[in-house]
Amino acid sequence: MTGFVPTDRPPSAPARLVDDFTPALIDVGAHHLCPGCGEPVAMRSALEAVDELGLTRRAIAVFGIGCYTAFSNNLDVEVLQALHGRAPSVATGVKRARPDSIVFTVQGDGDMVSEGLQEVLHTAARGESVTCIMLNNGVFGETGGHMSAATVVGQRTKTSLEGRDPDLHGRPILLASLLAHVDGAAYVARGLVNSAGNVARTKKMLLRAFEAQERRAGFSFVEILTMCPTGWFVETEEAPGYLEDNLAAVHTPGVLKDEVDR
Amino acid sequence: MTDTAAPARRLLQGSEAIAEAMIAAGCRFFSGYPMTPFTEVLEHMARLLPGVGGICMNAESELEAVGMAWGAAATGTPAATGSTGQGLSLMQESLAEITLARLPLVVLDMARAQGDYYQATRGGGHGDYRHLVLAPADSAEAVTLIGLAFDLAERWRNPVLVMGDYYLAHTARSVTIPGPVDRAVPAWGLDGSSGGTGRAKLISFLGSAKQRDDVGYDLAAHYADCAAHTSTMAHAVKPLAEVTDTEDAEVVVVAFGTPARYVQAAVRELRSEGLAVGTVRPITLYPFPTEAVARAADGARVVAVYENNQGQMVDDVRLAVLGRAPVEFIGGLSLDSSGFGIAPDLDVRVLKERISRVVAS
Repeated sequence: MTGFVPTDRPPSAPARLVDDFTPALIDVGAHHLCPGCGEPVAMRSALEAVDELGLTRRAIAVFGIGCYTAFSNNLDVEVLQALHGRAPSVATGVKRARPDSIVFTVQGDGDMVSEGLQEVLHTAARGESVTCIMLNNGVFGETGGHMSAATVVGQRTKTSLEGRDPDLHGRPILLASLLAHVDGAAYVARGLVNSAGNVARTKKMLLRAFEAQERRAGFSFVEILTMCPTGWFVETEEAPGYLEDNLAAVHTPGVLKDEVDR
Repeated sequence: MTDTAAPARRLLQGSEAIAEAMIAAGCRFFSGYPMTPFTEVLEHMARLLPGVGGICMNAESELEAVGMAWGAAATGTPAATGSTGQGLSLMQESLAEITLARLPLVVLDMARAQGDYYQATRGGGHGDYRHLVLAPADSAEAVTLIGLAFDLAERWRNPVLVMGDYYLAHTARSVTIPGPVDRAVPAWGLDGSSGGTGRAKLISFLGSAKQRDDVGYDLAAHYADCAAHTSTMAHAVKPLAEVTDTEDAEVVVVAFGTPARYVQAAVRELRSEGLAVGTVRPITLYPFPTEAVARAADGARVVAVYENNQGQMVDDVRLAVLGRAPVEFIGGLSLDSSGFGIAPDLDVRVLKERISRVVAS
C-alpha cells in the first residue's frame, strides 16, 4: 500500500521536513483536535482570508467556547475569548469602541444556535459591522457528541441515541436561512469543508463577508459545515460523505444573501 | 480650557449625578438594559455619552449589556454597565469571567433594598474571584466613589461594583461634579495592531499565555495567578468607613448605604438623650473595614447591625468583632408593595426604638 508507514520496526531513514504547512497567522502547527475534524481547515480558511485582504493588523477575533477554542491562544491575530454563546455582544463592544478594526467571531452551532441564538439575531438586526463565523457540525463536539439545536432529524447523538426525533426533540434551526431574513444582515452564506472544491468555495464566502464588513454594508455571516467523525460516531474517512448526505442535505450550502453592493 | 473656577454645585437627581460623575471619570462606553431603579442612569448615559464621543448601548438583555461592556473594556476603553440585583444575577457568568480575564469594569448595582449584599460582596458567579465593592450613602458620596471606582478598576484590572439603591437613584441633592479625568489607552488594550507581529495580543479568562507545542491553556497556572492577584489587591486597597462617636460608645451600630444615614440620625438623637451610642458605616464592602469595626467594638458592650435584609453583612461584622462583644441583628427586610426598596422601617423613630432595645438588654 503506497504511503503506508510501518510502525512495528525502526524507520529505514530519518524523518525529514517535506514542507511547513503551518499557515501564516497560526503560531503553532500542532493542535489537539481529532483526526478528520473539519474545524482546522475552516479556521485556516478564515485566517487566509484575513491575510489576503491585508487585514492582519486590524483584525480582532472573538472566540466562543467549543473545540475550536483550542485555536484561540494560537493565532497571530488579536484574540478576545468570550463565553459560550456570548461572542456577538462582546464583538459588538469591541467594534463600537474600535470602529476601525475588523472584528469576527468564531463559534460553533452549540455556542451560536443553542446557547446564544438571541445574541446573533440581535447583532444581525442591529446591522452591526462585524462578521460572525459559525462552525456547524450538528453536535456538541467538545463534550463528546450531544444534540444541538442544529442537529438534523435522524442524526444519532449521545442525547438522541435513536436519532433526532422531531416529535420528541423538535426540528433543527437553520441559522443561515433564518439570518438571511433579517434586514440588518448584508451577507449570509453557508459553505462546507468536506472537499478541496468546497473549501475553496467557502473561502470565497469568507472573503466576501470581510469585504462586507470593510465596506460597512451591514452584518455578515458565514456558516461552515464541518466534519466531526468523533461526535458523529462514524469512521474518519466516512465523515466527508456523511456531512454531504446528512448535514448538508438540510443545512443547504450556498450564498443566501448578498447585498454588499446595495 | 482656561476656566479655573471651582466646579459649581448643582441640584441633580442621584442617577444623573452618577451618570455625570462616570463621564467626568473618563467612562466612554456604557451598556445597559432598563430596570428600576437603574433605568435613569441608562437614560442619562444615552443622552450624555454621545456628546463626549462615547458610546451608549441600549442592550437587548443584561446578558448582552455585560457582553458589550466586556468587549469595550478589552479595547482599553473605560467602560461601565449595571442593573439592579435582579439584572446582575443574569450578568454573573460574564462578570466572573471578566474578572478572570483581568479586565477593568465599573458595575453599577442600583439594588432594591439590601438583599443583594451577598451577591455583591461574595461574587454571585462561579470561580475564585472577588470584586471591589463601594457603597455610597448618598449622591454626593456616590460622585466621589464613582471616580474612585474607575481609578481602582484601572489600577487593579478588576471589576469594581458601586452599590446603590432606589433612594440613591431617585433623590435629588446638590452635588459637585469633578473636572474631567483623561485616561490613557492601556498598552494591553486590543485594537488589532499587534496582529502579524508574532506577538498578537490575547485576552482570555483561560489565561493570556500563548500556546506552546505541547500545552494549550494551563488553567492551573492561570487560576493560581488570579488568586495571587486577588489577594494582593484585597490587601492593598484601603478599606473605608465612616466612624462616629465610638470612643465611649457602649453600643455601636453598623449599617451601610442609605439606611446608614437614617441610623446615624437615630444615633444622634439618642446621643442627645444621653445614651453612649456610636456608629460605623462601611463604605467599602469589599475589602470590608474589619479593623474599623474591631476597634469600635473594643470596649463596647454590644454591637448592633442594621440592614434592610434578613442579615447578610452581619456575617462580616461578626468576623470583624471576633467575640469582642455580642453582635445583635436589628434589621429585617422592609419593602413597599412594589418591592423596589422604599422601606417603612427607614424611620428614625423605628430605628431609635430598636437601638434602645439593644441598649436596655
